[in-house]
Amino acid sequence: MSTGAPKNSPTAALIVRNLRVGFGAVDPVVRGVSFEIARGECLAIVGESGSGKSVTARSLLGLAGANARVSADRLELDGQNVLGLTDRAWRARRGKTVGLVLQDALVSLDPLRPIGREIADSLRLHTTLGAAARARRVLELLDAVGLPDPARQVQKLSGQLSGGERQRALIAAAIALDPPLLIADEPTTALDVTVQAQILALLEQITLAGTAVLLISHDLAVVSHVAHRVAVMHDGLLVETGSTAQVLGSPAHVQTRRMVAAIPADKPRGTRLSLNLRAADAPPRIATTDSTVACDSTVVLEASGLSKSFRRPDGSRFLAVDDVSFVLHRGSTLGIVGESGSGKTTTARLLLALLQPDQGEVRVFGEPWSAASEKTRRGLRVGVGAIYQDSLGSFDPRWSVAEILRDALGHRQQRRAPQTTARLRSLLDEVGLAATVLPRRPLELSGGQRQRIGIARALAARPEILICDEPVSSLDVSVQAQVLDLLDDVQRDRGLSLIFISHDLGVVQHVSDQIAVMRAGRIMESGPAARVFTAPQHPYSVQLLAAVPRLSI
Amino acid sequence: MAESVVRRRAALRVLGRLAGRLGGALFVLWAVASITFFAVRLIPGDPAQAVLGGPGSQASPEALAAVTAEYGFDQPVIVQYFAQLGRLATGDLGRSYALNMDVGPLVLSQLGGTLVLAVLSLALAWLLALALATWSTRGGLVAARVATSLEIVAAALPHFWLATSLIVVLSIWLGLLPPISTGGVAGLVLPVLTLAIPLAGFLGQIMRESLLTALESPFVLSARARGESERGALWIHALRHASLPAISLSGWAFGSLISGAVVVETIFARPGLGRTLLGAVTLRDVPVVIGVVMIVAVAYILMTLLTDAASRLVDPRLRLS
Amino acid sequence: MSDLEVRARLATRADRLGQPRRLGVAESVAGMLALLLLVSALAPQLLAPGDPLGIDPLSAFEPPNLAHGFGTDESGRDIYTRVVHGTQSSLLIGAAATAIGLGLGIVLGTLAGMLGRVVDFTVNRFLEVLFAFPGLLLALLFIVIFGPGVATATIAVGLSTAPGYARIIRAQLISVRSTAFVEAATVLGRTRWQILRRHILPNTLAPLFVLATLGIGQAIVWAATLSYLGLGAEPPTAEWGAMLSAGRTYITSAWWMSFFPGLFIVLTAVTATVLGRGIDRRMRHL
Repeated sequence: MSTGAPKNSPTAALIVRNLRVGFGAVDPVVRGVSFEIARGECLAIVGESGSGKSVTARSLLGLAGANARVSADRLELDGQNVLGLTDRAWRARRGKTVGLVLQDALVSLDPLRPIGREIADSLRLHTTLGAAARARRVLELLDAVGLPDPARQVQKLSGQLSGGERQRALIAAAIALDPPLLIADEPTTALDVTVQAQILALLEQITLAGTAVLLISHDLAVVSHVAHRVAVMHDGLLVETGSTAQVLGSPAHVQTRRMVAAIPADKPRGTRLSLNLRAADAPPRIATTDSTVACDSTVVLEASGLSKSFRRPDGSRFLAVDDVSFVLHRGSTLGIVGESGSGKTTTARLLLALLQPDQGEVRVFGEPWSAASEKTRRGLRVGVGAIYQDSLGSFDPRWSVAEILRDALGHRQQRRAPQTTARLRSLLDEVGLAATVLPRRPLELSGGQRQRIGIARALAARPEILICDEPVSSLDVSVQAQVLDLLDDVQRDRGLSLIFISHDLGVVQHVSDQIAVMRAGRIMESGPAARVFTAPQHPYSVQLLAAVPRLSI
Repeated sequence: MAESVVRRRAALRVLGRLAGRLGGALFVLWAVASITFFAVRLIPGDPAQAVLGGPGSQASPEALAAVTAEYGFDQPVIVQYFAQLGRLATGDLGRSYALNMDVGPLVLSQLGGTLVLAVLSLALAWLLALALATWSTRGGLVAARVATSLEIVAAALPHFWLATSLIVVLSIWLGLLPPISTGGVAGLVLPVLTLAIPLAGFLGQIMRESLLTALESPFVLSARARGESERGALWIHALRHASLPAISLSGWAFGSLISGAVVVETIFARPGLGRTLLGAVTLRDVPVVIGVVMIVAVAYILMTLLTDAASRLVDPRLRLS
Repeated sequence: MSDLEVRARLATRADRLGQPRRLGVAESVAGMLALLLLVSALAPQLLAPGDPLGIDPLSAFEPPNLAHGFGTDESGRDIYTRVVHGTQSSLLIGAAATAIGLGLGIVLGTLAGMLGRVVDFTVNRFLEVLFAFPGLLLALLFIVIFGPGVATATIAVGLSTAPGYARIIRAQLISVRSTAFVEAATVLGRTRWQILRRHILPNTLAPLFVLATLGIGQAIVWAATLSYLGLGAEPPTAEWGAMLSAGRTYITSAWWMSFFPGLFIVLTAVTATVLGRGIDRRMRHL
């Protein structure tokens, strides 16, 4: 897809030289960044949270904030210097020479106003068009961004549209005046993969029409589809810039290598995702032919004909989970993948017996599980652990890490007993944390540390089955890589059986032996991961797999 | 055709909701009536005596007999209860013994003054809160601290002390305004200020918090990125969002204003429900107390419905679901 | 909504309103004021050795001066002494009323939050009805039945704050019960009783300290209002509201008789608000 930058680009839409942005007295967040984008070109700035990429993007619109100190040797928008502009002069340019598209249009479009009004605002602010002319132009714009039936949609609130439709409306508002530069800050992050693919295609179309596009993202795989060039941002600096093929194909900088390595899609099960930089010489754990560790044919968990319906606010019922069946073999990982609304979280709650199925049954270790009383089930619960997406919310905010783990070990009373301390140490050791975290509260830990504590808590009772519901979804890619590696390690070491639920096909592909693809509460297709990914049979699986962001270089 | 079906369904939904609201309001009224009925029966001693001002009132035997006959105190409680409900349903609120007049007309004649006071105070509190909130969002941290302090102190001011202080400063020392209500507009200033300032402290905090949230939200960033001015961001986007919690708080605010009117009307010698209520409480004029409480309950319910409607007007999302 | 719910809601968002995370000047001052108030309540003689009821007709109506910092009243009693000695009864009334309101609130809120849908519905409707008696109206209704006086005024204030407490406690219980950490405890195989004891109760009760602190300020103001209206403590008692009530007659000539007792009510209420918010913030950012 990346064809390299267009050769003849007489005017750069954006030139940035040595941009520095700081807040207050602390060190600058952006520490000297230089790049340029030509018309018809798409540059992606990729970095993890806190790298300074969003601040960079906002500085280009003069929106870094009232207390921001912005300086640069050169900052030109469409051939004009914009350094030190007054707010009034900036306003004349915002929306006209540069447009901005943010993540998640549900909150990026005013939820109280019809989308038509929001889009017409750009026209109202920058043109002398009358109301009727503006209304016509809004319809054209909505048509241009591929929103079906624009005449009906203009009256709707952003909350009445689907995620993809909203994002299209937001893009329409940003390109209303056909600005030479469009900045898209994580434009697809909250979207399902199939919708994400459509929005990326739209951005590509906008690039082809001659607009310079600056794409800000945390996801290398996503940008590799549309960006001509990639700049990797780390700690306020662009550590590596070049054509997409070059940067992703032969990454030079450590941070780029780390991010490329962390992409789970198409990496065989058991491959390390996190680069261990200190022990770079140590032989990486290479996937062996029996990548499925100590997998045998014993069924440890079985779901048969699970159905669960909920009442909608208007009184009607909808089937969240509809006749779902699968088995989990000892030592293997079953990946359940689906887009939002597919019923995968309800499935997880059914498996954990936090919900009772309307029909069907879950059996664990051959014993009745969903059908048993909570009292009987409590005896079996030791064998079934869980890891949650929102690890912070899953900890009592009043408890320290030590209290959480002591409770999970069942050693609440023996605070100072030597064997309790020893167990705590070995647990922390297993999840790669130092004992210094013990007195702290989860709120004080980083996202990755929290998830490690979550894993430690789940492991404390020595379960045989782990049910992981989106365990890495809210983590940065490199942290995600570490946590996935950790899960792989503990599964190997303890012979665990895993149910791994995720919206991210790349992750599921990497971790799973068996896969179930869910949609609207039903399992569309299931089978060995290798088979489903190489030769999907159900049309939905085909569509879903086609939309997975892969590194395309 | 499908359109008309949809419209009819929507109309039915609206009707259904209205019916639900009306039912809820009727339930609350019935419950208020029942509570007051049984509460009066809790007064120790002869209920007729209680109605006539308690044990110390030395009512004549004739008056006691008349009250006993009128209220049916010689009948079983359940009969009395339904008779009372029946009277209430026809709008008969009984008779005040202290003032020797029917409670219904008495309470209605006092209602206007209190409503004017409450509505003006609510409006002024909104204005003050809005001004403070918009000013403080532009002034950075210092303005935020100043506004917080002002709001906390304002919200802590007891009506009686604020009224006294205003009278001392504005009427006695400066001679600007009459210390008691004279019926004219000038006489309204101090009572309205007294009620509005503490309320503005509460409303201001809530408005400022939601204004800050709205101004920092992605949709305002998007608007700014389209070239929207600060003023536009404030008026077109943020204030609308900021007004929502303040609107839903206005039902509570109205209630607390009525409660505050008891103090304010007494201090400023202003006719109204509050002063009538206090007089009746002091004289233990039970029928008047019940009458005022009932009418306040009705006003409060109406106000809740009104704030609900206002929320729907400002927030189209509420109209959808 | 009730006064208390509004106060509680504002307290939990104080961070956003420009209050600093660390121990601020306001909180330190409020802490010292609270200490002073406690001393005046427990050992008023330390701060004001005089007799709060001691009459001295020769020095009646003296404006604030060196001998009488806050001036004197119509009988020549020293206002400063009376205000300091009045702290005890005002705080006591406030604390007692809060205890009554909180106690009733805990009972009603727990019933509604724990005993299933039917009880919840019933309690909720009941609370809704009580909210139709806004502010002090419930207290006035109570007083008309049981007669005026310090005891009835205290109970009346407690009663009229109870619905607010009940609703907050119910909401808190319900939200804690459906948190992810309660589910996580279920998954770990904890019994309902263990979850109740280890998670639900501590997380529901902890915010009550904040509520009670905020509530005392409100209760003191309301109780003083009732005294001012002549329905609670009566002059010559050295209670702030009653002192203000006595000063009302002389407002044109002796403003200090009303001003200083009122100032102490305001200071107490502000102290309660600032402390309540401080405690709340500390608990959430621990």
